[in-house]
Amino acid sequence: MRTTLSIIKREMSGYFGSPVAYVFIVIFLILCGFFTFQFGDFYNSNDASLRAFFVWHPWLYLFLIPAVAMRMWAEERRTRTIELLLTLPVTLPQAILGKFLAGWLFIGIALALTFPMVITVCYLGNPDIGQIIAGYIGSFLLAGCYLAVGSFASSLTRNQVVAFIICLVICLFFVIAGWGPVTEALATTVPLSVANFIASLSFMYHFDSVQRGVIDSRDLVYYASLITFMLSATSVVLTSRKAS
Amino acid sequence: MIQVQHLVKLFGNFRAVDDITFEVQKGEVLGFLGPNGAGKSTTMRMLTGFFPPSSGTAVINGYDILKDSLNARRQIGYLPENAPVYPDMTVEGYLKFIAEVRGFTGSELKKKFERAVEICSLEKVLPQTVDTLSKGYKQRVCFAQAILPDPPVLILDEPTDGLDPNQKFEVRRMISGMAENKCIILSTHILEEVDAVCTRAIIIANGKIVANGSPNELRKKSSLYEAVTLSLDNVGAEEAKSAFMSLANVANTEVLKEENGAIVIRVLPSGGNVIAPAVAEEIRRRNWRNTQFSVEEGRLDEVFRNVTRQ
Repeated sequence: MRTTLSIIKREMSGYFGSPVAYVFIVIFLILCGFFTFQFGDFYNSNDASLRAFFVWHPWLYLFLIPAVAMRMWAEERRTRTIELLLTLPVTLPQAILGKFLAGWLFIGIALALTFPMVITVCYLGNPDIGQIIAGYIGSFLLAGCYLAVGSFASSLTRNQVVAFIICLVICLFFVIAGWGPVTEALATTVPLSVANFIASLSFMYHFDSVQRGVIDSRDLVYYASLITFMLSATSVVLTSRKAS
Repeated sequence: MIQVQHLVKLFGNFRAVDDITFEVQKGEVLGFLGPNGAGKSTTMRMLTGFFPPSSGTAVINGYDILKDSLNARRQIGYLPENAPVYPDMTVEGYLKFIAEVRGFTGSELKKKFERAVEICSLEKVLPQTVDTLSKGYKQRVCFAQAILPDPPVLILDEPTDGLDPNQKFEVRRMISGMAENKCIILSTHILEEVDAVCTRAIIIANGKIVANGSPNELRKKSSLYEAVTLSLDNVGAEEAKSAFMSLANVANTEVLKEENGAIVIRVLPSGGNVIAPAVAEEIRRRNWRNTQFSVEEGRLDEVFRNVTRQ
């Protein structure tokens, strides 16, 4: 546990020691505001909720989280620091979890910095606070999924750009599998049970249900198993590839 | 302190390390020699737990690297090849991170940190980030990381690679300084280094151990060991050669230089026998004028070439 904590600490200092963190946070906040007010029809919807804010998160994360995750293992392998890290008295799961949690915490910080949105909506009306909290929890869990995919993608290569693209493509699949137009198209071509199954694998399906203000245990199980699966896959890849 | 037993590493069909067995005791500095790609780094990576051996095992200070990997790693300070250190961290941040991961806290962490900084003379660069450091300093930071927990075993992969002669001297001084109560394995392909710091050397080629002994023992394997090189200035080359060849235990003679009637000639013994007194006696008996006379100790580079070239 303490070992994992020191790794989290180091990773966090890595994020904030480089411009990556600040660029990420600034771009994330600007885009959040931009999409919410320009495309989300925040004012015209006349609805005191943050739905117009959260609805963009899967799309923002699609480009921003691979950028956070891409260096996670690719950089360790490129600079060969992985050799030192994994010969310290640190187990591979501790190292993977430490890096993942640090990234997640970092995105959590960026997400927390969107608090002016909450203030705005509270000032303008009487929003359902429970729904907003659920929205944040859902968004944070969604970010964890993207990041776990990013951890896996980053372990596959030494090249950060390749890691970025692999992560983006895998996440894109998970997003559009449950995206309205794709689901509708699937419903007309394959049996309904298959279409539903594909949609239920998607980030969107579970994200939408949490956004309605209901935190269902099925959604939590989905997020937890996806993250566990991706981190285990990272471990398998690193075990077999670290030698090369 | 280290027992390596039948260690094998396969990469696909390639036997990178092929059944290596050796032991290292406390107080020894073992030099690991071999051409590039001989399996030095691969062996070290297995000992430090970076990847598991295909078969065989090793016991580090009582802990098996397979059955008790974490405890085995706690015994080892490791300096990997090319000293990989996180480039965006400060020297201080990095060393404190290492101390924390190694399980030190509070005043003990501070003590270990300060000791490592002092031994490696890093005071001046503590607030700098690693990517602003010169190669020599980077190497020293990585060395500091290895010795920080004061481990009983040090494994150093080419610790002086890429350093200038002064820096090399410094690193060797640090290694010799802590050799007494540790067990140190270092790999190198600089033969002078073996003489400078190692108490024993193992030469490996194609994944196998081809020689194992103290630098002096290895030198005795040289064909030049106990050879006599001498110069004479009042005798012809042929006459001198035939005179020396008639002595007992002389295997061969070579004329190295012939100039203005003076010759430099080398007399090679058979089977490492001592021939210098007999050669000296022969010169005196024949009243030859001798201006230079030296006995070879044997040359590591020659031994190295002979055993690794097959």
